[in-house]
Amino acid sequence: MTPVIELDGLNVRFGQRDILKDLGCSMSGRAIGLLGPNGAGKSTLINTLLGFYRPFAGTARVFGHDIRTETREIRALTGYMPETDCFIASMTAVNFIRMMAELSGLPSEAALERAHEALFYVGLGEARYRRLGTYSLGMKQLAKLAQAIAHGPRLVVLDEPTNGLDPPARQRMIRLIREMRDTNEVSILISSHLLRDVEETCEEVLILKEGRQVHYANLEEERRANRRFLELETVGGDDGFADAVSALGCECALTSAHRMKMVLPESFAIRELYRLAGERNIQIRRLSYRRDSLEDIFLKAMESTNGRP
Amino acid sequence: MAVHKRSYRAYAGALSPTWSRFTIITRYAYKNLFRSRALTAYFVCCFFYPLGCAIVIYVNHNLSLLTSLNIREVLAIDADFFMRYLAFQSAFAFILTAIVGPGLVSPDLANNALPLYLCRPFSRTEYVLGKMAILGWLLSLITWIPGLVLFLIEASLAGAHWALENLNIAWGIFIGSVIEILVFSLLSLAISAWIKRKIGAGAALLGVFFFGSVLAEVINSVLETKNGYLIDLGKLLTTVEGSLFGHSAPYGISTSSASIALVAACVFCIALLERKVRAYEIVVG
Repeated sequence: MTPVIELDGLNVRFGQRDILKDLGCSMSGRAIGLLGPNGAGKSTLINTLLGFYRPFAGTARVFGHDIRTETREIRALTGYMPETDCFIASMTAVNFIRMMAELSGLPSEAALERAHEALFYVGLGEARYRRLGTYSLGMKQLAKLAQAIAHGPRLVVLDEPTNGLDPPARQRMIRLIREMRDTNEVSILISSHLLRDVEETCEEVLILKEGRQVHYANLEEERRANRRFLELETVGGDDGFADAVSALGCECALTSAHRMKMVLPESFAIRELYRLAGERNIQIRRLSYRRDSLEDIFLKAMESTNGRP
Repeated sequence: MAVHKRSYRAYAGALSPTWSRFTIITRYAYKNLFRSRALTAYFVCCFFYPLGCAIVIYVNHNLSLLTSLNIREVLAIDADFFMRYLAFQSAFAFILTAIVGPGLVSPDLANNALPLYLCRPFSRTEYVLGKMAILGWLLSLITWIPGLVLFLIEASLAGAHWALENLNIAWGIFIGSVIEILVFSLLSLAISAWIKRKIGAGAALLGVFFFGSVLAEVINSVLETKNGYLIDLGKLLTTVEGSLFGHSAPYGISTSSASIALVAACVFCIALLERKVRAYEIVVG
């Protein structure tokens, strides 16, 4: 299967400033998250993939199309929802989305039909004949999503899709994204600084910091791999206990004096922990399976020095 | 993504030809423009003079009417007649440009809409072509198209020999109008791209012509030269159009100098557009 996005030593430079530095990975998930603090280079990466910025070195491919030479093909396969307010205030939503669908190559009649469908799909059906300038912030976000999907692209790029939305509107946006993802007809690239948005929607995540790739994680795989991830709270002589647990083949790390995290091997039986605790007269106060949350992954990535993993 | 199903569906139907995409923004712009009754009324007024010219040509060839009015000829239908026609229509074209031009790019910039246009299989060149076509067709409809219709009316009434002898008039109408349309369109687009407010852009367009003219006169009188006219777009256009109708250098600047100055103005406008018509501006530093 062709990867959705391949980054191949991608560098982007504005003047003398390196904005993206040597990015390289291959992403094939149905929903890919781009995470990073403000100024990490998320939007620059999106704009480079769409051909708005030229790479200084290296390249990237979207569905196998090179961003240096096949910008038009990439754009034909892509729908883009920008971060900022982007619309023509004097146009009605249906006219605006129809025009955008036509610019993507749809014949006029098909574009009109799909503009109506897209507006109903995002929940703006009743407001589709209203001018975009009269829309609330949440409605504008939905209208931006509608214009990004009206032409039925294979990849939808969403730049901070939940920006400025209140909780119900955010939930609605997240639900729409998950619904689209689950149709398997479209891949989604989401750029966000909100961990929760990415965690709720994405299967893969690329974390950027100061233009560098600091972590790439396949969340689905990590979720599966972290099934045997334990968090333990004890009372007693923890050092010896940790050593004993390690001797049984567990990876063990003390997070505080009485707390530890451990990754259990496949064949490990939990009763072994109780046996060891009993032998050492240690009380197990709390034992919980806990997978690494995206927050853990993100914080670990951010702790890496100089933006390097 | 049927309305009743409310689920995402990829599009697998036919696509429109790539070459025709630039006409989409032209089509939508016309829908928007002709909602204004004032603009529609003005556009209709632009056809009064060509209509008058057509009547003059008809009357000129209607012997019985001329005899009854006891006149030999209303007006000579020659190069001067068509040059006057073009000059008159140019004034209308300029006013139309000043009305329509400022609203071409500035709303897209003010609304940050350029990323939405340019994230599609639609290039910056196509965007500019589409915007130019808005003015291009409007101005064509009031300049060279009625001009050539007048030429054909005269040719049909005066005979094939007149048409053959005066082919340079048809050429002059067409080329003169095209040059004018190109200059007006590029200039208004460039101004519209750099000045976000429509009123400001309109004022700047008028300023380029009128202050350019005043500045040219000042340069001429201070430096005792005629080269000041090289910054007066109106006089440059008149000089080039005049040469197409067989008139030589009415303002003391050669046709070649005027042509080069116009080309330079167009290149400057294209450079301004190149700088501004982008999905996102790159901040270097």
